[in-house]
Amino acid sequence: MIPAAFDYHAPNTLAEAMALLARYGEAAKVLSGGQSLLPLLKLRLGYADHLVDIGRVPGLEYIKEEDGYLKIGGATREVALERSDLIRSKYPILLDTALVIADPLVRNRATVGGNLAHGDPGNDHPATMLALGAEVVATSPKGERTIPIEKFFTGLFTTALKPDEILTAIKVPIPASRSGGAYVKLERKVGDLATAATAAQVTLGKNGEVERAGIGLTNAGPTPIKATQAENYLQGKKPDDTAITEAARLAAQATAPTVDRRGSVEYKREMARVLTARALTQAVQWAGGH
Amino acid sequence: MAEHKIRVTVNGTAHEAEVESRLLLVHLIRDVLRFTGTHIGCDTTHCGACTVLLDGEPIKSCTVLAVQADGRQLMTVEGLEKDGQLHPIQEGFWEKHGLQCGYCTPGMMMTAYALLQQNGNPSEDEIRQAISGNLCRCTGYMNIVKSIRYAAEKLP
Amino acid sequence: MVPQTIAEVGGMGHSIKRKEDPRLIRGKGTYVDDIQLPGMVYMDIVRSPFAHAKIKSINSENALKVPGVLAVITGETLAQYNLHWMPTLMSDTQMVLPTEKVMYQAQEVAAVIASDRYAAADGVEAVEVEYDPLPVVVDPFKALQPDAPVLRTDKEGKKDNHIFHWEAGDNEGTNRAIDEADVVVKQDIYLPRIHVASIETCGCIADFDRVMGKLTVYMTTQAPHAVRTVFALVAGHVGLSEEKIRIISPDIGGGFGGKVPVYPGYVIAVAASVVLGKPIKWIEDRIENLQADSFARDYHITAELAAKKDGTMTGLRIKTLADHGYTDAAANPSKFPAGMFSICTGSYDFKHAFAEVDGVYTNKPPGGIAYRCSFRVTEAVHAIERMTDVLAHELKMDAADLRLKNFIPADKFPYKSALGWEYDSGNYHGALEKAMQKIGYAGLRKEQAEKRKAGELMGIGISSFTEIVGAGPSKHFDILGLKMFDSCEIRIHPTGKAIARFGTKSQGQGHETTYAQIIAEELGIPAAHIEIEEGDTDTAPYGLGTYASRSTPTAGAAGAMAARKIREKAKKIAAHLLEVAEGDLEWEPGKFSVKGAPQKAKTIQEIVFAAYTNHPPGMEPGLEAVSYYDPPNLTFPFGSYICVVDLDRGTGEVKIRRFVAVDDCGNIINPMIVDGQIHGGLTMGMAPALLEEISYDENGNVQGGSFMDYLLPTAVETPQWETDKTVTPSPHHPFGAKGVGESATVGAPPAIANAIVDALAHLEVRHIDIPITPEKVWKILKEKGVAL
Repeated sequence: MIPAAFDYHAPNTLAEAMALLARYGEAAKVLSGGQSLLPLLKLRLGYADHLVDIGRVPGLEYIKEEDGYLKIGGATREVALERSDLIRSKYPILLDTALVIADPLVRNRATVGGNLAHGDPGNDHPATMLALGAEVVATSPKGERTIPIEKFFTGLFTTALKPDEILTAIKVPIPASRSGGAYVKLERKVGDLATAATAAQVTLGKNGEVERAGIGLTNAGPTPIKATQAENYLQGKKPDDTAITEAARLAAQATAPTVDRRGSVEYKREMARVLTARALTQAVQWAGGH
Repeated sequence: MAEHKIRVTVNGTAHEAEVESRLLLVHLIRDVLRFTGTHIGCDTTHCGACTVLLDGEPIKSCTVLAVQADGRQLMTVEGLEKDGQLHPIQEGFWEKHGLQCGYCTPGMMMTAYALLQQNGNPSEDEIRQAISGNLCRCTGYMNIVKSIRYAAEKLP
Repeated sequence: MVPQTIAEVGGMGHSIKRKEDPRLIRGKGTYVDDIQLPGMVYMDIVRSPFAHAKIKSINSENALKVPGVLAVITGETLAQYNLHWMPTLMSDTQMVLPTEKVMYQAQEVAAVIASDRYAAADGVEAVEVEYDPLPVVVDPFKALQPDAPVLRTDKEGKKDNHIFHWEAGDNEGTNRAIDEADVVVKQDIYLPRIHVASIETCGCIADFDRVMGKLTVYMTTQAPHAVRTVFALVAGHVGLSEEKIRIISPDIGGGFGGKVPVYPGYVIAVAASVVLGKPIKWIEDRIENLQADSFARDYHITAELAAKKDGTMTGLRIKTLADHGYTDAAANPSKFPAGMFSICTGSYDFKHAFAEVDGVYTNKPPGGIAYRCSFRVTEAVHAIERMTDVLAHELKMDAADLRLKNFIPADKFPYKSALGWEYDSGNYHGALEKAMQKIGYAGLRKEQAEKRKAGELMGIGISSFTEIVGAGPSKHFDILGLKMFDSCEIRIHPTGKAIARFGTKSQGQGHETTYAQIIAEELGIPAAHIEIEEGDTDTAPYGLGTYASRSTPTAGAAGAMAARKIREKAKKIAAHLLEVAEGDLEWEPGKFSVKGAPQKAKTIQEIVFAAYTNHPPGMEPGLEAVSYYDPPNLTFPFGSYICVVDLDRGTGEVKIRRFVAVDDCGNIINPMIVDGQIHGGLTMGMAPALLEEISYDENGNVQGGSFMDYLLPTAVETPQWETDKTVTPSPHHPFGAKGVGESATVGAPPAIANAIVDALAHLEVRHIDIPITPEKVWKILKEKGVAL
């Protein structure tokens, strides 16, 4: 299986990369980890005249806390999340997510930025970042802009990124103490996209009530879904079984899945409910609520 | 379309090649440099038969461009044996019947090699997770797990 | 079995390390895509997006403009040589390249030859084909309705889509048994299309030498000799003569049945090499492999099982519709259009049984190859093992008790089955009892009862299968008239080392090791000193190949028989050397000694040397033998498997908690290799039980045609297998062995299905078709009101 011909560019600086994107416009695609893009090109389901590889651009791979944010460089590999002590100790939801993306070999190449910028509702980080209330940093020759994650996914395989923009960083507000999160995915086997999956991030208040709840749903519609109604419902409530059951029901209501080999609409919707309940329960446990 | 002059180190030896932008790394390794121990099994980044180490990390070489490896270090199955001595992973696969048709074996061993670099004493579950990007149709994985455990115990 | 030879000799029963591994663990194996010949060019194939369409035109103009493209071959090109159709193994016909219409999605439409893979792929994209879609027939039941479009319009006078009717057994007696029974259970059971998906796809290099007129084909084939003969028969009229055809089957990256057929790609490559005078390499990609190569199963079964109140089984009736796709290209012995499906009475003592199968054409690729299984045995075993559980449920009997009650008793072997087979040997009670003890069956049943009270779903499933492998006796078994014997030729070298060649071809089974052990056992020459070769038709003796667990029963037997011929001659030489009569000698592994005077002895090495340096007067020098082994019967391996599953009431996911497999394949050559075969077979049994399926939408679009949706299990989905054995030798095989490579693939699916159904049995669930996906389970949970 062989891709159609293209030109490959390997800029050494961000400026060069942006100049190439500006020059080729729609004819160019950014090559990050390449684990979604290259299979698409090999299947000849996607075409590009120019690939701009940001793999040699320095300064795009990091995981650090700074200015009240967890900052993840756009070209940070998934494996780096798995190995990061910071992520392991403080961001269980991101560790959960990294561990179920594709398979370990793919995660050695695949990048967090690529997982978001591909705009695939089946990818796992979008839900996680929705739950965390992240922001995406897009850089172009005109400078940087920050896009709230809930404004980032505009349609199936499309995002708010402009052709001359590169996703250079993801910023996650550092959760308050008594926060916890989980990502629970139903997959047919390792390497599969989710039949359904839920990311839940919860912050508890002094009395154990929910101060903030973030819920993101994977592969539940044409774009990654933020279950706003469920989030709002939980606000201020004790996260007991009754509340979680109702939140899960509301989350499932927000889904608009399509039938495919992974399951029927009904099954996927119900799984969104079941997994949301499980993710919330785990998140609350992490947050110290149970 | 552009040709690129690239330089890659394979198993410690430098190689130069003129490649088309779209040439896949696995084809560089197999067809151009003729290290045929690395195989192709699925074309869609699922099977791991094409696993090699790129700067020490196991990756699927059917889903990386040859030009992306320019200036980097590659290690293939042919690099496991040193001075006529099998690597403990190779010994393990032989001792514990970790292969049948042998087609997935080179990729599986490269993944195992990288695992043991990271974790010298992996549990059965950690091994199964680590090799979950490599498909084997013959062995049912039981003896592969044993082979990797054998190597873990043998390695210093 | 205690080995009769010492470890250094490594005969039967020793777990010696594999002789093929030193090259494979170094990446020095030679698979077909590893071979590069001087001047070699590449072929890639244009495939149909439609399941049924008239081809209006094929325009190669733009493809020929692609740099590197040398030629585009179409059905019209091949028609000039009358090579656009070819016969199938079942005496049907199959297109090589179409001239009029395509019959399934992904069918070959044209081939592009180019200087490299990349140019060939570009060329394929540039070929323009105009299609006129035709009505598509996907459902085999609809295919038989009078208003269904007739698909095989190439067959003059063909007025329907029916291919064959086959039946076995006593129809009237079975009807009577069913009418008179206390209880009859009836169940529809579907075994969907699946694909072997060996990790290496299919491919070849066809190299026609114009000067010598010789065609050499390196190809992924499990049956190189049969392929040579087929090529000679198909292409004889264009001057390819059998002595000028050499098939070389190099290292094979898994076969499992998928590398038995002659696919159109091979034939096009050969034709292209003859036309262009260059070596042509063709390697399928995975999607082509999954979408166009032959499939297994696709059996729509309706089974009825009759019994007395006490559980005694009295009759079995099975009616099956077999979806063969657009041609009957099944890889079966010619007289068996439904393979060995008549093994469907299984391990049970039936007085009356009747089985019938009707083959049907649909707009799908050819079906009817095996999935690591001897000719339809999995279908048969699944039917009877599922029905046994359905009956147990109906009678409220324990599934183990029902089996133990109905097993053919060990003292009734050889046993003549109601459908005509003579089972060679068995001890079914022994195997099941061992499995029950190992897994702690009684305790598990108690645990299950407690779990049920707590609302948890746990199931225990049994499968007590009987296989039929090692085809087969020449009286009944042939492929296109070629009798299904197999062969071995042994040459002993003067210094006591040997080379042996066989008519089979390993695809991972370890023949280089186990065949050497067979000869080591018979002659006492260390296995390490016996070189084994297979797969080159210019050097190996004629044989029918490796599939259907036939290598040990046939070629392995030939190896023993050839070795025994050598031993006979060695005895004469030993008598000459020791100056005694032959009758005064006795054999122990590795030497002949004089009876009563064991110090007077000659080792096999001394005798061999004498065969070349000091042979008796009047005897031909040298020490070689050939055996063509025509087995007197098939072998009937068996076993009992027990599987324990836990179901997730939220998602419907199935978790295999434990799986115990007790196998009996008679005497064992290499226990380590047998264990490996069973691990692999169990995994390939689990896969279609839980994950794998190829299906089609109403337009004939293939679903599950890549590894994105065709789900091969990884190490994470695969449980730990617990294996054990009993040993009941085959009485007719030269060293008491039976085939084993496929037992577990055959036995595992019903154990898993039975366990899942058992977990839901208290909710009155009787049957679930495989693959049992989480959604299928969840739907039942929901319907029964127990989903979380």
